[in-house]
Amino acid sequence: MSRADIVHPLWLRMTHWLNALAVVLMVMSGWKIYNASPIFAFRFPDDITLGGWLGGALLWHFFAMWLLVGNGIIYLATNLATGRLRRKFFPISPRAVLADVLAAVKGRLAHTDLRQYNQPQKLAYLFIVVDVALLVLSGLVIWKSVQFPLLRELMGGYDNARIVHFSAMSALVAVVTVHLVMVALIPRTLLLMIRGR
Amino acid sequence: MFKPKKIRLLDEPAVVKAALQALPQPSRRLFLQRGLTLGGLSLLTGCTLSDEGSVEQALMRVSQFNDKVQAWLFDPNKLAPAYPESTITRPFPFNAYYGIGDVPEIDGSSYQLELSGMIADRRPWTLAQLHQLPQTSQVTRHICVEGWSAIGKWGGVPFATFLKRIGADLSAKYVGFKCADDYYTSIDMPTALHAQTQLTLTYDGQTLPAQYGYPMKLRIPTKLGYKNPKHIQAIYVTNVYPSGYWEDQGYNWFGGS
Repeated sequence: MSRADIVHPLWLRMTHWLNALAVVLMVMSGWKIYNASPIFAFRFPDDITLGGWLGGALLWHFFAMWLLVGNGIIYLATNLATGRLRRKFFPISPRAVLADVLAAVKGRLAHTDLRQYNQPQKLAYLFIVVDVALLVLSGLVIWKSVQFPLLRELMGGYDNARIVHFSAMSALVAVVTVHLVMVALIPRTLLLMIRGR
Repeated sequence: MFKPKKIRLLDEPAVVKAALQALPQPSRRLFLQRGLTLGGLSLLTGCTLSDEGSVEQALMRVSQFNDKVQAWLFDPNKLAPAYPESTITRPFPFNAYYGIGDVPEIDGSSYQLELSGMIADRRPWTLAQLHQLPQTSQVTRHICVEGWSAIGKWGGVPFATFLKRIGADLSAKYVGFKCADDYYTSIDMPTALHAQTQLTLTYDGQTLPAQYGYPMKLRIPTKLGYKNPKHIQAIYVTNVYPSGYWEDQGYNWFGGS
């Protein structure tokens, strides 16, 4: 096996799996925190939350945030420094995304070369990056609303920041769900993300 | 001009020890069993954590690290937003670790605020004496650790004014509070000296009602609700980590924004 066979370099696989762990910890503890004072007329079932009670969930949430942010910075910096971001994700256009989605619906989207992301894939992964950034920023407003006045006003105040945080979480969970369905449909991608080739 | 910001470091091992010791047995058991078993996560992975005590300790250590980060982030010149009186939440919610029927009844005429620790003049204060100090009022948002928030109007003495008046050592690390409802908590000195931190004697222009902390509470708009003690009986200044009721059960000590 030559280096050229490697589709996902080691740093990418590591940041991917660490991010997956961080997101699971953040989402599950976040649901428990949400349950303490729900914004909407429902609570998350206790079995899918982390922390046992509000205090425990907060400990997990404020532990995993370092993992999420630290790992996210390494992921973005390495992507930029190696030029991977530009190579893998661009060009991207709404027209091309639509064309690929239509082809997928008709069962005609070829996915033979796993080296190349198709257009909806590029959009989904870029969306995750932007969405996690929004989660971090709205989380900062909820955590330190006095220290970040500009950010707070951009989010529409403290109470609205909670809604932004919740919406961004929902969008992330939705995209990750589709991502997992796709992985189940094309299991070779899972192997690729573990072994790199 | 930049003035180097003073970062107050916590005595970490002492904090962990105090927190773990002070954790009363039932809540400690709750913390261990229900608290940190990783719930559904252990179901997902099919494994259980063999040593939950060390998980608990690791999480507490990160929490203390976060205390330091928050002290570093805290800018004493940044103010919590103030609101117009028309936005006051009516009725302002009652909140405590007990029901409204158990709110302590305190006789204001015989009330005395006790002072101890690193304070030059430790003579106790009567309510009448406190009312003679310069008074201010604020309409600010009370944010609960649970996530809900409510806007209220509080009046009283700027806490910094009071601390200077009694000759408190302003270079000490902590200010602690003991309350008539057996609640206790403590805050960092920079927050104690923050312009909006207030020794509160009135609510919405009236004598502070029993359910909001009569005869006195500490109102800190830069901190979460559980850092705003009610029915205060004693105030002390110290360099020894004093912990708090909820803090001992795992809530973050800094607890503010």
